[in-house]
Amino acid sequence: MSAPDKPKIRVAGLTKRFVGTTAVEGATFDIARGEIFGLVGPDGAGKTTVMRMLAGVMRPDAGSIEIDDVDVVADPEQAKLHLSYMPQRFGLYEDLTVDENIRFYADLFEVPRKLRDERTGPLLAASNMEAFRRRLAGQLSGGMKQKLGLICSLIHTPQVLLLDEPTTGVDPVSRRDFWRILYSLRESGVTILISTAYLDEAERCTRLALFHEGRLRYCDTPKRLKALMPGTLLAITSTAARDLHKALLGRDGVMSVMLVGDGVHAVVDDADRRVPELSAALDAGKIPHGELVRVTPSIEDLFVGLLKDEHAS
Amino acid sequence: MTFARILQVFKKEMIELRRDKWARFRLVIPPIIQILVFGYAATFEVFGVSTAVLDLDHTQESRDLVSRFVYSDRFQIVKIARNQQEIVDGIDDSDAAIAIVIHPGFAQLLRKGQTAPVQVIVDGTNSNTALIALGYMNEIAATFSRDYMTDHLQRTRDGPPLRGALVTLEQRPWYNSGLNSRWFFVPGVIGTLVLTMIVNLTSFAIVREREVGTLEQIMVTPIQPVEFILGKTFPFFLIGLGEVVLIAGVGTLWFGIPFVGNPLVLLLGTSLFLLSTLAIGLLISTLCMTQQQAFATNFFVVNPLFTLSGFSFPITSMPTVLQWLSYLNPLRYYLVIIRATFLKGVGLSVLWPDMLALAAIGSTLLAVSILRFRKSLD
Ligand SMILES: Nc1ncnc2c1ncn2[C@@H]1O[C@H](COP(=O)(O)OP(=O)(O)OP(=O)(O)O)[C@@H](O)[C@H]1O
Ligand SMILES: [Mg+2]
Repeated sequence: MSAPDKPKIRVAGLTKRFVGTTAVEGATFDIARGEIFGLVGPDGAGKTTVMRMLAGVMRPDAGSIEIDDVDVVADPEQAKLHLSYMPQRFGLYEDLTVDENIRFYADLFEVPRKLRDERTGPLLAASNMEAFRRRLAGQLSGGMKQKLGLICSLIHTPQVLLLDEPTTGVDPVSRRDFWRILYSLRESGVTILISTAYLDEAERCTRLALFHEGRLRYCDTPKRLKALMPGTLLAITSTAARDLHKALLGRDGVMSVMLVGDGVHAVVDDADRRVPELSAALDAGKIPHGELVRVTPSIEDLFVGLLKDEHAS
Repeated sequence: MTFARILQVFKKEMIELRRDKWARFRLVIPPIIQILVFGYAATFEVFGVSTAVLDLDHTQESRDLVSRFVYSDRFQIVKIARNQQEIVDGIDDSDAAIAIVIHPGFAQLLRKGQTAPVQVIVDGTNSNTALIALGYMNEIAATFSRDYMTDHLQRTRDGPPLRGALVTLEQRPWYNSGLNSRWFFVPGVIGTLVLTMIVNLTSFAIVREREVGTLEQIMVTPIQPVEFILGKTFPFFLIGLGEVVLIAGVGTLWFGIPFVGNPLVLLLGTSLFLLSTLAIGLLISTLCMTQQQAFATNFFVVNPLFTLSGFSFPITSMPTVLQWLSYLNPLRYYLVIIRATFLKGVGLSVLWPDMLALAAIGSTLLAVSILRFRKSLD
């Protein structure tokens, strides 16, 4: 048993190079027990590579990984007993039924039959999949496949769960099931590391690590990350969003502009001063627009804002 | 290593195979078709070769020779030509694959006891048929000359003995007992078929797991690569044995190929051979990311093994380098074992060097492929 204040997972200086690219460079972070730790970043940022090294299936070129007191790099087999890794593309045996898949994974972890049956029921119930136990995995919907993958990953009650974009391409209902399961796992003390492309999911994480080009750029709670963002975010609705975007881009005091569903989001340095200024300019340019509203930034705004900042400096 | 996990993988693989409706078809039909094709078509026997004849001698002797072709079921006379041009046309139009021209003076030479040439024109575009037909032709000519000499001796007891022969006789034992080639080939089909089948099955099955992502998934469980490999490939080992029984069954029951050896010796040889095929399949699977790549790679690996095995081309007539290479070829040894157990009935006292070679090659390949497999997971 580890002391309560000791992190569950400690990663230091983690580095992985491939021919031609450095996929991950010097990543250092800790994850506490019972966290839902989010890995976010654009394509190719190195999220999957981090996960695979943590899962013990890929050897890092440098750095250390400790889960509890197990050195994952030195003894991946020992680590595998306590963790579960669900790859970006979970490999289910499509010619096996839901039950057979679960049984197979349980057997590989040598879960006793009785225990397995006790666990399978509630997991299937939580996923709303009890009716499909005899269905071939290949005939499940995308969302159900992912949920089955999660069930298979959970059948040996791991203490650490590594999920690589588990909800990509999953319907909203299944996503909700998925997160309900994650929350209940967290309550029972499971530590979860999840990468996601959905930023609404990122907001649900206890902490977020923002990766970009193999480097860990920011790592904090979603709330504090938002506070990091310089300037104020303005939401402007418009029927001519593209024109509006063009008109705002590069103006004095406008730090970034991003197209959103019904208009644009713009970051300005000093809202009190810029709101009237911009309003006037847009009216003069005859660009249709609604009111300039101050809003709290979403994770997506944060990304764009933070990474843009990086590029500028 | 735990036996339980090997068994789980094995069971899983068997369920998948059972659910794969095409598998039954793929495992049974192609071997049977192959054995039938080889059994019937590749016996190196030829019947009814279309033949044109031009007899410019018009003697008793020349007519006798021609009639021997007419009554042989090896040849079918499609044209009696009246001049050289008709012969040329016949071959050009592909009416005739072969033409026989008996020049004037044929009988005269014979009577003087000299060698009397008969001109044979062959359509070289189908050289295989032509060569075989030439063999039969030699036979007919030889019989003719023998008969002629005995006949002549009887009629002219005090005359000078005739020593001339019409055509020299070659390669007789091979062609005159056509069944031998079938006996030779059908056991060989077992070896080549098992090689192709098991290499394909193994490499596809593992590459598919890589492609679908189950391989990565499985490797984060406590299972060891060796456990996975054993459980995964054992079904293919059983399938390999099943194929041998199937093809041998068709060969002996349908084609009447004798099986005079000890089945246990064949079982041992087959098991050792399967070791190599499984290892080759595994090795290919470590080099390929997709089933498509595996397909291409299999082709390039299996074909040379096939060619350098002595299945159809005698190893002794290959360039020295290739002969040396063929010592590394498991199929070479297996063909020896399989032909010897089928046709000669020899046992371990004779076959042990081949068994040993197979065992050595098989375990080396397996060790290399397991090492490579571990690496490929990174
Ligand atoms: N096996 C590999 N061989 C070579 N390069 C690799 C390999 N795996 C990943 N990379 C490279 O490393 C970098 C990081 O890849 P990684 O898959 O970790 O990114 P990611 O953040 O998971 O991206 P995505 O959002 O697309 O899943 C990329 O440039 C990728 O091309
Ligand atoms: Mg990824």
